Amino acid sequence: MAAGTGSGKTISATFSPVRHWLLMPSWLVIGFFLLIPVVLMLIYSFLTKEFRGGVIWDFSLAAYDQFIFDRGLFGDDPPRIEWAYISIFLRSIGQAMGATVLCLLIGFPTAYFIATRPAKTRAIWLFLVTIPYWVNLLIRTVSMKFLIRDNGPLNEAMLGLGLIDAPLQLINTNFAVQLGLFYSYLPFMVLPIYASVERYNFAFSEAAADLYAPKWTILRRIVLPIVKPGIIAGCILVFVPSLGAFLAPDLLGGAKTFMIGSLIEEQFKGNAGNWPFGAAASMILLSMVLIVLMFYARAQSRDQT
Amino acid sequence: MTRPFDIRHYRGFFAVTCACLVILYAPLIIVMIYSFNDSASITNWGGVSLRWYVDVFTGPDSEKFKLAAWNSLSIAVMAATVSTTIATAAAIGMIRGGQFKGKSASFALISLPIMVPEIVTAVATLIFFSTIGFKLGTLSILVAHIVFCIPFAYLPISARLQGIEASFEEAAQDLYASRWATFRYVLMPIMGPGILSGFLLAFIISLDDFIITNFIKGAGVETLPTAIFGSVKQGIKPNIMALSTLLLMFSICLVTLSYFIGKRGEANPPPQT
Repeated sequence: MAAGTGSGKTISATFSPVRHWLLMPSWLVIGFFLLIPVVLMLIYSFLTKEFRGGVIWDFSLAAYDQFIFDRGLFGDDPPRIEWAYISIFLRSIGQAMGATVLCLLIGFPTAYFIATRPAKTRAIWLFLVTIPYWVNLLIRTVSMKFLIRDNGPLNEAMLGLGLIDAPLQLINTNFAVQLGLFYSYLPFMVLPIYASVERYNFAFSEAAADLYAPKWTILRRIVLPIVKPGIIAGCILVFVPSLGAFLAPDLLGGAKTFMIGSLIEEQFKGNAGNWPFGAAASMILLSMVLIVLMFYARAQSRDQT
Repeated sequence: MTRPFDIRHYRGFFAVTCACLVILYAPLIIVMIYSFNDSASITNWGGVSLRWYVDVFTGPDSEKFKLAAWNSLSIAVMAATVSTTIATAAAIGMIRGGQFKGKSASFALISLPIMVPEIVTAVATLIFFSTIGFKLGTLSILVAHIVFCIPFAYLPISARLQGIEASFEEAAQDLYASRWATFRYVLMPIMGPGILSGFLLAFIISLDDFIITNFIKGAGVETLPTAIFGSVKQGIKPNIMALSTLLLMFSICLVTLSYFIGKRGEANPPPQT
C-alpha cells in the first residue's frame, strides 16, 4: 500500500504561479455551459409559458402556483389544492427511499462479505460488483423490462415451477419501478460501504467478543457505528439519482407510476410543452438534492471534529 | 486463544452476496442468451443462431445503427479527449497550486456536474442552447458531454497526482527545464495511469449517456442509446437485444482494460525520493 501516499510535499513552485491559467478552462467550460444554464433555468421558472414550448419574457409565478393550486380551466376559479403534482413528488420521494432501503439491505452484507475476503479474491468480488455499474443504464433497464414483462422469462420460470397459476402483471406497477431503481443503483451502495468496512479495524470486534458480546450485538453496536460514514454515503448515492430517475419509471412503469423525472421530460418533449413549469419542477428537484447534500456535508464535518 | 465463533463472518452474508450478484447479472445474461434466439418472437425459443447479429449489420435498421454508432463513438472520443485535457490542467492547478483564494469554490465548480441531477442538467442545457440560439445537433451533444465528463476524468487524475512528490518537478526546474518540458517529460509520464483511467472513465460515461443526449440531440441526430430507446418504445425487438449485447460486451472490455491499467498503476507506484 505504498502507492498513493507520498510522504513528501506535493505543492511545487513550478506550477503554483500558473494555477489560475491551469484552472481557467474548467471554470470557463463548466461556468458557461452549466452554471449559467442553471441560473437561466431559475429565471425561466418565473416566466410565462408560450403556447407549444418556449416562453414569453413576462415575470410570473404561474409555474409554481400550478404546482400547488388548481384554478380551473380559465384560471379564475377559487384556488383548490391540486394534488396531482404534489403526489408525483411524494411518490418520487417514497420510491427513492424504498430503493435506498432495499439497496442497503442487500448492499451492506455484500460489502461486508467482500471486505472480509482475503486480498486476492477480494479484488475479483469487487470487480464483479463494479462491472454492472459501467454497463449502459439504458441497456440494464431494458434487460429488466425484458425479464419481468407479462410473458417474460421470470413469469415463465415461476409458471413452470408451479409457483403461480397465471402470469403476474409486474410491468407498469410501482413495484416494477422500485425494482428497477434498486437494480440500477445497487452498486452505488456496495462500493462506499466496502471502502469503510475495508478500513475497519477488527481489533474492536475482537475486544468486544472477548468481553462476551454476542456476534450480532458486535455488528450492531460496534461495526455499524464505525462504518456509518460509508453507509450514509451509499444511501445518498442511491437516493439522489433515484429521486430524479427517468429511465426506470419510463420503461418499467406506466401513467400511474409517474415520477419527477417523467414529469419534467414531458414538459419539454411531450405535448404538454410548458417550459416554465418544467423549469420550476427541475428547480424543486435540484433544491431537494442540494438540501440532502448539505445535510450530508454537515454530518461529515461533524464526524471529523 | 479461541473464541466460540469467528468474529469476521456472519451467517447469511455469503448468501446475500450471491443473491446480489444474481440480481445484478441475471437480466443481462438472459438478454444475452435471447439475443442468439433464431425465432422472430422474443418469447419462444427457436434454436441458436446469429441471425439477429447479422440483422444488426445488414438488416433494415442497420444504416440507422451504423450512423448512431459512429455518432456515439466520435462524440465519446472527442468529449473524453477534451475533458481529460481540461481535467489534467485543473488537477495540476488544484493539487500543485497550494492554498489560494477560491480553491474550494473551484472544487465545487468541478464537482458541479456530478452533484446536479442529470435531468436537471439536461433541462438547463436545453434552455440555455435554445435561448442563445445554438443549433441543436452533434456539436451541442459534444459540448454537453465535455461538461459532465470533466469531474469523472478529474477524480482518478487528481488521485494519482496526490501520490506524486513535487521533488521531480523541482529537480527538472533546477536543470533549467521549461514549465512545459517539466510537465511533458517529467510529470506526465508519472501521471500516465491516472490520465489513462480518467480518459477511459470519461469515454464510457459519454458513450452511456442517454438523458442529456435525448434532451439536446435535436431532430434527426441519434446516438446508440437514443436509437435503442426509440426502438424499445415500440416494443423490444430481437435485433435490439443483439445490439445491446454487443454494446454490453464493448463496455465490459473497456472496464476490464481500465481494471488492468489500474493494476499496473498499483504495480508501478509513483517513485519515492
